[in-house]
Amino acid sequence: MTLTAEKPSTLTSQNSNFPLIFERSQAGRRGVIPPQAALEQNVDLVALLGAENLRSSAPALPEVSELDLVRHYTGLANRQFSVDANFYPLGSCTMKYNPKVHEVAAAWFTDLHPYQALETAQGALELLHSLGQSLATITGMDAVTLQPAAGAHGEFTGILMIRKYFEQKGQLEQRRIVICPDAAHGTNPATAAMAGFEVVEIPGNARGEVDFEALEAALSPHVAAIMLTNPNTLGIFETRILDISSKAKALDIQLYYDGANTNAIVGRARPGDMGFDVIHLNLHKTFTVPHGGGGPGTGPVGVKAHLEPFLPGPIVIKNLEGSALAYGLEHDRPLSIGRVRSFYGNFGNLVRAYAYIRSLGAEGLKDVSSMAVLNANYLRIKLSEQGFATAYPRINMHEFVATPPKGLKTLDFAKALLDYGVHPMTTYFPLVVSEAMMVEPTETESLETLDNYAQIMGEILRKAQANPAWLESAPYTTPVRRLDETLAAKKPVLTYQKMLATK
Amino acid sequence: MNIPQNLQYLKSHEWVHLEGDTATVGISDFAQEQLGDVVYVELPKVGQIASSDETLAVVESVKTASDIYSPVSGEVIEVNASLEGSPEQINESPYELGWLFKVRVTGLSSELLDPSSYHLVAEAEA
Amino acid sequence: MKYTPHTPQDIQKALDVIGVPNVDALFDDLPVGIRNPVLELPAALDELGILEHMQSLADKNKVKGPNFLGGGMAKHFIPSAVNALTFQSAFVTAYTPYQPEVAQGELQALFEYQSMICQLTGLDVSNSSLYDGATAVAEAALLALRHTGRNKIVVSQGVHPEYRETLHTFLECVGAELLEVALEGTHTQNAVIASDIGAVIVQNPNFLGTLEDMQALSDAAHAAGALFIAVVDPLSLAVLKCPGEYGADIAVGDGQVIGNAPNFGGPAYGFITVTTALMRQLPGRIVGASKDVDGKRGFVLTLQAREQHIRRAKAKSNICSNHALMALQSAIYLSSVGPQGLREVAVAGVVRAGQLERALKNIGLERLTQGKFFNEFAVKLPIPADEVRSQLAARGIHGCVPVPAVYGLGHAGLFCATELTSEKDIETLVAALKDILENISGEN
Repeated sequence: MTLTAEKPSTLTSQNSNFPLIFERSQAGRRGVIPPQAALEQNVDLVALLGAENLRSSAPALPEVSELDLVRHYTGLANRQFSVDANFYPLGSCTMKYNPKVHEVAAAWFTDLHPYQALETAQGALELLHSLGQSLATITGMDAVTLQPAAGAHGEFTGILMIRKYFEQKGQLEQRRIVICPDAAHGTNPATAAMAGFEVVEIPGNARGEVDFEALEAALSPHVAAIMLTNPNTLGIFETRILDISSKAKALDIQLYYDGANTNAIVGRARPGDMGFDVIHLNLHKTFTVPHGGGGPGTGPVGVKAHLEPFLPGPIVIKNLEGSALAYGLEHDRPLSIGRVRSFYGNFGNLVRAYAYIRSLGAEGLKDVSSMAVLNANYLRIKLSEQGFATAYPRINMHEFVATPPKGLKTLDFAKALLDYGVHPMTTYFPLVVSEAMMVEPTETESLETLDNYAQIMGEILRKAQANPAWLESAPYTTPVRRLDETLAAKKPVLTYQKMLATK
Repeated sequence: MNIPQNLQYLKSHEWVHLEGDTATVGISDFAQEQLGDVVYVELPKVGQIASSDETLAVVESVKTASDIYSPVSGEVIEVNASLEGSPEQINESPYELGWLFKVRVTGLSSELLDPSSYHLVAEAEA
Repeated sequence: MKYTPHTPQDIQKALDVIGVPNVDALFDDLPVGIRNPVLELPAALDELGILEHMQSLADKNKVKGPNFLGGGMAKHFIPSAVNALTFQSAFVTAYTPYQPEVAQGELQALFEYQSMICQLTGLDVSNSSLYDGATAVAEAALLALRHTGRNKIVVSQGVHPEYRETLHTFLECVGAELLEVALEGTHTQNAVIASDIGAVIVQNPNFLGTLEDMQALSDAAHAAGALFIAVVDPLSLAVLKCPGEYGADIAVGDGQVIGNAPNFGGPAYGFITVTTALMRQLPGRIVGASKDVDGKRGFVLTLQAREQHIRRAKAKSNICSNHALMALQSAIYLSSVGPQGLREVAVAGVVRAGQLERALKNIGLERLTQGKFFNEFAVKLPIPADEVRSQLAARGIHGCVPVPAVYGLGHAGLFCATELTSEKDIETLVAALKDILENISGEN
């Protein structure tokens, strides 16, 4: 007997568009009834708010039942890769496991209001104070602000402190330049520009490090800061870092540490000891705050003592003068750069990072970087055995950049990986390596997972060499395949309402 | 590589066509190919004063954005408004329909290249 | 705790493959003098130890009891389904949706978020979130400067003081000038706007809770060729005139009140919506609809040429990570309550705030001015507001956000009511305040 596979009809979810929540909406259908809903009945809003202040029609929000809601967002979650479900070796993103115990603990702090009396928030302030001290210890800095909401926000905060430092010295007009390597994260030059500086980019050398001679030649009393990631975006430690910092110091140039790659050195070396004056950390990378599909992150900034007066306020102080409380907030900071956001920071994320540091201790943090670097080097060799050259073959740190054999495209490998249920590496970054595949396995992955990834990559390569068209059309099993990004950018449809109007 | 002989170029891949005191500016065939599908063009305002070697427009594809330098200085007298709705004209017809803006010329960039010099530049980048 | 899976055998196997004798050898690139510092950190805890320690810190906070705290954030009811659906691990542990084929969940949810926030504000285009209300105001101002080519911003003092401080920080470094317009009573003076102003920023309801004449302020801004930036409470937009209706070019604010917990100030998220004319000036990530190779609908990050990873020093903003998860939580919240539920939440706050105002007046605590208010208002106090707040806290009540001295209103505090405020809560607060007031007069 022959069984013929019949394709499912378009009534199945595989073949139809997953509906928008708006498309599930039915006029008058109700979901959750909020507390005291009855207060809305027979109320005279014109009297309470004034006719001139009322909107003319209700916003067209979806009207769905609670089960509709649950099906919708469960369905969406099922159309989404995540660390909990998939190996996710995105270079420079540090997609490590996010412990569940942090989520449990964070839920105990969600109801705190930022303006409640400080005597009723002593536990929160103690946590902030203690976390600030731990981060200073871990990075070798003298003082820390926990306020910045993300890495880029931390960069902005740090660069503004440098700006203020030179303003205090009467050198603001003179110090116009911020130096970044050409392989730097885009946020570095973007931040420097946002803070009013000119950006000068320095090329790398044949060993994948910043070109020391070029850097040295660019140094002058017009330079305010050098922004470095160490290890850099190629996953290579800048071995001349002490030379760089002493050259910078001689000209009073401030050395800024972009903490995106701290997972490579945490517990083993401190940016403060390398001569950095300012550092931001991405708590959502090294300190395992979940990435949340793009955020919220958290980007605390640490500084050496000479920059401490410029930290944004308020700062949590133990035994604040004139206060009976164990922990208070110091608002009066006359030299501060000023606020960079509202309230005290992404507190919920700070809780998670704090729990992580308390869970691991000094030895545990050292184990993090040890295993992160071990895993990355192991995977580098496994991938090279499969035919993927390393851009700068040497012992790398927590990540490395590989390239496919000539003639094949990184984009296609990324798409093919999706069918195997693993997330691709970071692609086409850093820009200085063509067809870059930037791989960061993190410390929480087992060797079996890494072996599997390398084997998948090898299989894709062999299949591609036998049949290039197969690779160029991948993926085959994902809910959608190779979306038209040109169309999206050329004729932007950014809301459901616009989608209706375009039809 | 399509490099018309009647135009002059900048090494940053703009072309300029001079006719009397009017200069028409666009990007080269090589440049449009490197960029890929153009999705948006940010054009200067008519009346804006262009100085040679200064960014005057931006041509965007999905993954890149290219600053367009003016090979001439002078006042912008016309922009190619049809690019707003049809930016693909830059890909399809870089030297004709895909022109970007016209300038009433008061000066030329000192960096203008003849077609054969530009050919060498493009070849080195290809 | 330990989250690394390596057995000693694994480590040896990996070292053999790499060809180094031990793990330390992997770090030979680090300068000798800086290796392996001694870190004075508290000893590691196991999972039970962590739970106990975190619980002990949580126990030092007090969050129970009637809550009248506002001032930019307020505690609201968050339906169980909203928390359960937001904190699914697929959403929590995903990265930015750079591979759209395996991120349709996140992308579609954010597209829906953008659609909903545009519905609330009445504007055309939204990004997929910023950090918070304060940075949203700053980004809006920078956007206006880029668009108009001008170099001055006017901001009403009715805008949240912390937002204004943030705005000042962001503008100062690019050499832009910030001019503050004082409140007249509790309303923004409708000053004449000079023709070199890039934007006028007004908050509604303003920091003191009062409703502003947004139409008149918007008209004044436009008459000078400036953009009008409305800083709005998104919950209020269930009933209040929306920014699109009074011609705002940009609407920004903090999204905490629609479905996010206060989290001691964060993370919630900032929203920014603009007219179509300003679309390409927006900072941050934007999700757009498209089609795949089979013609199926799908969603992608789009208009990326604005962003730092492509434009570097010429990007519209340096923002990379945003607050996607918190925006998603708002979208789920808005879908859970729907338009009628959101209206009920808003109106419950309005009704209870009205009752609260009358009850406070009865014990001699007068609102600072007449004029309409939404769910929050400022009252004059005989003693400093932070003392009142502390005395209330001692009685198990959270309330009375101090109005900063810069307003020149003397002792003044904010009281906010929500759908969580019961009549009994109001009675409890009034009794406590009465007691506090009597104690002062007793002392005098």
